Amino acid sequence: MEALGLLLHGFAVLLTWKTLVLMMVGLVLGIFVGVLPGLGGPNGVAILLPLTFTMDPTSAIVMLSCIYWGALFGGAITSILFNIPGEAWSVATTFDGYPMAQQGRAAEALTAAFTSSFVGSLVAVLLITFLAPMISSFALKFGPPEFFAVYLLTFCSFVGLGREAKHKTVISMSLGLLLAGIGMDTVSGSLRMTFGSPELLRGINFLVAVIGLFGISEILLTMEERLALRGHAAGISLRVVLGVWKDLPKYWVTLLRSSFVGCWLGITPGGAIAASFMGYNLAKRFAKDPESFGKGRIEGVFAPETAAHASGTSALLPMLALGIPGSGTAAILLGGLMVWGLNPGPLLFVEHKDFVWGLIASMYLGNVVGLVLVLTTVPIFASILRVPFAAVAPMIVVSCAIGAYAIQNAMFDIWLMLGFGVVGYVFKKIGIPLAPFTLALVLGNRAEDAFRLSMIGSGGTLKVFWSNGLVGSITTLAILLLFWPVIDNLLARVGLTHGTRATSS
Amino acid sequence: MSQTDIEIVVEDPTAPEDDSPSVVSSGTIEIVVSLLLLALAVTLGFDNWRTGASWDATGPEPGYFPFYLSVILAGASLYGLIAALLARRTSSATFVTRAQGRRVLAVFVPTLLFCLATQFLGLYVASFLLIAGFMRLVGRIALWKSLLTAFAFTAIMFVTFDVAFDVIMPKGPLEAALGR
Repeated sequence: MEALGLLLHGFAVLLTWKTLVLMMVGLVLGIFVGVLPGLGGPNGVAILLPLTFTMDPTSAIVMLSCIYWGALFGGAITSILFNIPGEAWSVATTFDGYPMAQQGRAAEALTAAFTSSFVGSLVAVLLITFLAPMISSFALKFGPPEFFAVYLLTFCSFVGLGREAKHKTVISMSLGLLLAGIGMDTVSGSLRMTFGSPELLRGINFLVAVIGLFGISEILLTMEERLALRGHAAGISLRVVLGVWKDLPKYWVTLLRSSFVGCWLGITPGGAIAASFMGYNLAKRFAKDPESFGKGRIEGVFAPETAAHASGTSALLPMLALGIPGSGTAAILLGGLMVWGLNPGPLLFVEHKDFVWGLIASMYLGNVVGLVLVLTTVPIFASILRVPFAAVAPMIVVSCAIGAYAIQNAMFDIWLMLGFGVVGYVFKKIGIPLAPFTLALVLGNRAEDAFRLSMIGSGGTLKVFWSNGLVGSITTLAILLLFWPVIDNLLARVGLTHGTRATSS
Repeated sequence: MSQTDIEIVVEDPTAPEDDSPSVVSSGTIEIVVSLLLLALAVTLGFDNWRTGASWDATGPEPGYFPFYLSVILAGASLYGLIAALLARRTSSATFVTRAQGRRVLAVFVPTLLFCLATQFLGLYVASFLLIAGFMRLVGRIALWKSLLTAFAFTAIMFVTFDVAFDVIMPKGPLEAALGR
């Protein structure tokens, strides 16, 4: 139970006025970001990252992760009251949340959403508390080949398990890895792919790309849609909250199932979006009367919200333990870690105990405070949507530009951000996924270093990736995942599984 | 029930019409993007090959890893190109309609001008112009509201970043005249 002692230490780090204030600020900004159209978790975190440059790492991560929790909470508000998902992961919440609001049960639906979000994160944080230290101490034995194998596993699982067209995922990922290589080569010190441009010497900054890809492109996409909205205003009374909480034990199976689905998809690169849909569908499939879903059933709110939050939170587990982010937002937090001068990876648990356990403690506290905050302030946040988008859009553009410039004090980065905005817009519209690109860009140099170090160590033979049981099994698993659709199909042909994409009868 | 009957209603007078004609199909854009990516892959691949993409005495040369990535990118783009060309006859999904395109340009062009203005006038002046101009011209919001919002937002940004957090933004003639 060493973890418990360290966790208490984390709370001690956290309980200063300064950190608590930053936590509140983060949560409020996060809910704001989650409610507004055209801003989401990843870009909210990316835009606000420059604010933390002068903070110490612990305060910085506490504030940023609270923005993330806030965004997760905020997404539910617009889904239920306006039938507009503020975030992609709250789409499934609209299925039953909005009908409930129409029936005058908005307060009940909101309470259900916030409470289940809380339960989902709590399960995920418990998992992180006990599992992350174990994984990281195990990973301390890793050498370059093992690390490269883990990176390979991450990339391959994106290709093999992603729902997008495979070649598009490959395009997105190889482009990210290539752009990560621009600038000074970290091993030999020579310049690569700079074409004589002094601006490219610095390389393409990951955060600048993210701000463009998610911030600017999201505004362009939002403008394409009709922005008129009509929704219910709701205040939540204590009586409704207690009423929902009293019934909570009845739904323990749904809550638990969604938590597990969410944790699993959060750790593997499935993400909160997939988790929320899967949570909803499973709840529907196991219900006695599936046809009542979609007509305002409270379980239809519990299931996707629990899963989305469990997934969003557990995505931080591989980031903390191995330095490999499980989601786009986790990738940005990882980028932040590097800016604050921390080296992500298993050593984090050894060298920066205050930071890691402060962060984990802030997950507990942030979710409790967040729950109370959203329950009491829903009407205020719902009315933010009255602000016309014509006022919000240019403010977001300015915030993006400030964020992009502040990272390296370079005007070139503002232009780069604009370029990535266009790229992000086009990619989203033709179905090239952005998450693999983000991940590849942030991990590119580390993956390459690991690869080159292993190759130097082995004298240039690829056999090093099968040189012992551990690295061999990770590499083999990676290759299996890469070709998973093909394997799944083959298994289906010989009649071993049902196969998700079987074509033969 | 604490449900109140107040509804929040926001109108969008300039919303794109649903029956607006298509400007360009997704298939065409996919072909263009695949070609661009292919060109990028070839350019980067060539540069890496020139840097050295083989082995020397110390291990892989600097261009080794990115060279093979360029090959993968080229392969995937080529596949995408062929797939898009083949699918062209059957599918006619719209990339953007005329009304949508107009709205997207209504944000993109001001953003572009904003970046230009930042380069020459500094970020704060550019930000004031962008917010006020966008609210007035695109959002058709009353002039005084637009100016006030733009001023308030820019001032808050200045105080937060320049004064409180010491994050310095690009500045222009106005800041110089005011001595900041």
